Amino acid sequence: MTGDLLVQFLAQGAQMTFVLLIAPLAVGVVRRVKARLMRRQGPPLLQGYFDLAKLLRKESVIAESASWLFRSAPYLIFALTWVAAALVPSFASGLMFNWAADVVALVALLGAARALLALAGMDVGTSFGGIGSSREMMIATLAEPAMMLIVLTLAIAAGTTRLAGVADFFLAEPFAVRVSLALSLVALVIVALAENARIPVDNPATHLELTMVHEAMVLEYSGRHLALIEAASHLKLVLYISLLICLFAPFGMAPASAGVTGWLIGLAAWTAKLLFGAALLGLWEVSIAKMRVFRLPDFVGIAFVFGFLAILLAFLTRGVFA
Amino acid sequence: MPELSALGAALGALAAAAVFATLARGAALALVYPLCAMAALVLGAVDLRVLLTGTELTQQLPIGLPTIGFHLRLDPLSAFFGIVINGGILAASVYGMGFDRAKELTRRVEPLFPLFAAAMNLVLLADDAYAFLFSWELMSLASWALVVVRHTDPESRRAAHLYLVMAAIGTAALLFAFGGLAGPAGGYAFDTMRGHPPQPMVAALVLAAALIGCGSKGGLVPLHAWLPLAHPAAPSHVSALMSGVMTKVAIYGFVRIAFDLLGPPAWWWALPPIILGALTAVLGLLYAVLDRDLKRVLAYSTIENVGVIFVALGLALAFRANGQHDAAAVAMAAALLHALNHSWFKSLLFLGAGAVLHATGRRDFDGLGGLIHRMPRTAAFFLVGALAASALPPLNGFVSEWLLFQAVIAAPALPQAALHFASPAIGAMLALAAALAAACFVRVYGTAFLGRPRSAEAGQAHDAPIAQQIAMGGLAFLCILGGLLGSVLATALAPVLGDLVGGGLPRAGSGPTVFSLVAFDPARSIYDAPVIALFVAIASLTTLVVVHRLSARRTRRGPAWDCGFPDPSPATQYTASSFAQPLRRVYGAAAFAAQETVVMPPPGDIQPARFSVVLVDHVWRALYAAPGRAVLGLSERLNALQFLSIRRYLVLMFAALVILLAIAAVTT
Repeated sequence: MTGDLLVQFLAQGAQMTFVLLIAPLAVGVVRRVKARLMRRQGPPLLQGYFDLAKLLRKESVIAESASWLFRSAPYLIFALTWVAAALVPSFASGLMFNWAADVVALVALLGAARALLALAGMDVGTSFGGIGSSREMMIATLAEPAMMLIVLTLAIAAGTTRLAGVADFFLAEPFAVRVSLALSLVALVIVALAENARIPVDNPATHLELTMVHEAMVLEYSGRHLALIEAASHLKLVLYISLLICLFAPFGMAPASAGVTGWLIGLAAWTAKLLFGAALLGLWEVSIAKMRVFRLPDFVGIAFVFGFLAILLAFLTRGVFA
Repeated sequence: MPELSALGAALGALAAAAVFATLARGAALALVYPLCAMAALVLGAVDLRVLLTGTELTQQLPIGLPTIGFHLRLDPLSAFFGIVINGGILAASVYGMGFDRAKELTRRVEPLFPLFAAAMNLVLLADDAYAFLFSWELMSLASWALVVVRHTDPESRRAAHLYLVMAAIGTAALLFAFGGLAGPAGGYAFDTMRGHPPQPMVAALVLAAALIGCGSKGGLVPLHAWLPLAHPAAPSHVSALMSGVMTKVAIYGFVRIAFDLLGPPAWWWALPPIILGALTAVLGLLYAVLDRDLKRVLAYSTIENVGVIFVALGLALAFRANGQHDAAAVAMAAALLHALNHSWFKSLLFLGAGAVLHATGRRDFDGLGGLIHRMPRTAAFFLVGALAASALPPLNGFVSEWLLFQAVIAAPALPQAALHFASPAIGAMLALAAALAAACFVRVYGTAFLGRPRSAEAGQAHDAPIAQQIAMGGLAFLCILGGLLGSVLATALAPVLGDLVGGGLPRAGSGPTVFSLVAFDPARSIYDAPVIALFVAIASLTTLVVVHRLSARRTRRGPAWDCGFPDPSPATQYTASSFAQPLRRVYGAAAFAAQETVVMPPPGDIQPARFSVVLVDHVWRALYAAPGRAVLGLSERLNALQFLSIRRYLVLMFAALVILLAIAAVTT
């Protein structure tokens, strides 16, 4: 029993390390795909790691008006995002601490990281920090109701809000196209784009004053603090891709009872799907332009409408009208 | 029974404190708050004992109306709410000990404060309609008097006037509700009412009256208009009591009537509280994110939380009506825990706002900023409260929010089409409210405590006195502890849940660890705050160590970067209004018909550009201003009737007699 516990513990630790290590690579894939599609050479795949290493080596310049909150927020944001990323089942569904938070709690953990980042953006007392924070919180108010509807649809289908439980449910079900799940998938992709500050909601590569959201919040950060913030945003991207994989394409994932070989297969499948997802994101980002901030309600509203339709269809398929 | 005498002694001490404070002068007044704190401790201890042991205390006093008497009873439900309110009273009293007697207007406050505290306790103890309404009115009047303490301020007077009118309407509605419960036989003791549940039609009317009576006290939309005016007008520790605690007495009143006295519910009873609650939750925060006054924002946030609690109560009614007792227990636990959690974080936030007000003399966001440097402790405590109010883990606000989401997720299993079609809408509105709450409190904290000071007063602020820091620190500690030990609190609720909905949550220990909060069963949903908090703590500490080891640890202070053009003027910061602008653009047009006008002078003109926003409060216009105008207009018209000749008066009387006789002839 203790040996079993140890293996479980190691597996959880391995997942935490693995999501952390692969995150910059996933971002590298996105950037590389975008660059190639634009007929550019693009940065090396490992540029994300080089950037982090460089930032860690640099000194950190902190504004005179910054408080302790500004200095401690990056650590907490990174830790919250990391734990959240580790709670999403990646290569195996029954890992030791997957049960600690269901999807509602997971969304809230990310919400806590976002609130801290928005506060840190306000801390120095500049106009850019504020513009980023206020827009980020506005986008969150659009994305969270849509997310809640997606959670509700999944809970109706699988009877649980635990991610591992949902993944197990879809693993056990024979594969079938379900309209309500397809709608949820679209909704979740839109929410994921909004949450990760990707095009068309935000452009991660811009420092144009009028359009930036996430970059405006972190404008005052430098050195190791910026490295942590960057690493956290990489992790968040991996988290959302993992979430999409876990909920809509869990095949290959090791079930709760699997041993080490099952985990290895799961790991390979998950890595392949993750990098594929990152490549798709790159493809999406070159094919669409950034939207104006006040067009966002329309875009994220699509997620809301799709989420709502998904639930209504879920009601239909369960025959509640009968 | 020793508990009963302790209860009597504590209430007596509060009454004595009130009398003493009326008579005493000068330094002797310093005794009032310690006395209140001790009384609250004793009352809270008795409540805790009753909740944990499940023993009931009853007492009949030989006062009150003849034939009815004055029944008192402390059952687990009252005891739970007793813990809620006495915790708030204790914190407010400790905070009161820190007041600077010479400068702050306390002589008017001190006699009323113990009276208000005692009245709230009496409402919970009341076991007949007379005792309930008597204590309820005492509570209303004491709090009204506390609102009007600064009577020289016209804003205060207006707030107090509106509050008095709304309190009167609320009590009238409750009178009607108890009349319906008592029935034609007139059994005004709660025991008699419990034995004879009213007819379905009467029960529906009673429920509506209870919703009006308790909803107006709690700030349910559309009966909320007085709350954001009255709560901030009182001194801050009284604001904390009114917002954090008195709204819970209103919730208690509704729970007592709807779940205990009214008999088995019909499923559609759930609709009004759910719909009004969800509207309240969203609308309260939309008001809050657009407001520019620190204390008023907190009051609007109270409205939101009351809405959230009413949604949970409505869901509990729906589940109970359908015999789904475990789901009803989840919803009820969400409501009760949210009442407890809200009392902690909202009291904390109001006390923090009081400290800010005292230190700077300002409550408008445009005059605050940078207080985290000047008031580090208050800022730290306020941050805990703000994050808890935003329903973020691992703090206490999220525990009840999580339970509520679990209840919403279970709602599609209800058989009635209206309810399961409502469930996604409710879920989305609650999620919107949670996201708006986060935006609201990032705005509050970001503009008041972070950034650079926007006024000289904010630049010279000082931290609160030690007693006030203790009060805020204690509440902040409770917010953290309540967040981690949600499962323990939920287990302690078991007797109340059993009484009210006949179900319960899975006992602590049924999940993977003792502290796992489990809704329904462990395979369905678990939230384990201590494990998550531990993981976050380990992860952040490891990161701290590793980053410090790997990185160049050099840190330099410099001017802000701000895209290369930092401006030393604090006016260039983002203000509260600018922070609210995206939200106003997105939601304001629908909710408040928001219109922005920018007047830009032509090039070459040196006139300043002007920007103005017009917001329309539809609820106020339709439900307060319009009836008010109608009453005034009608009375103007009828005024002419006072100046008639005797002949015309006789004609009028004769006409009235003829009409009455005609009606009598037709109906018989």
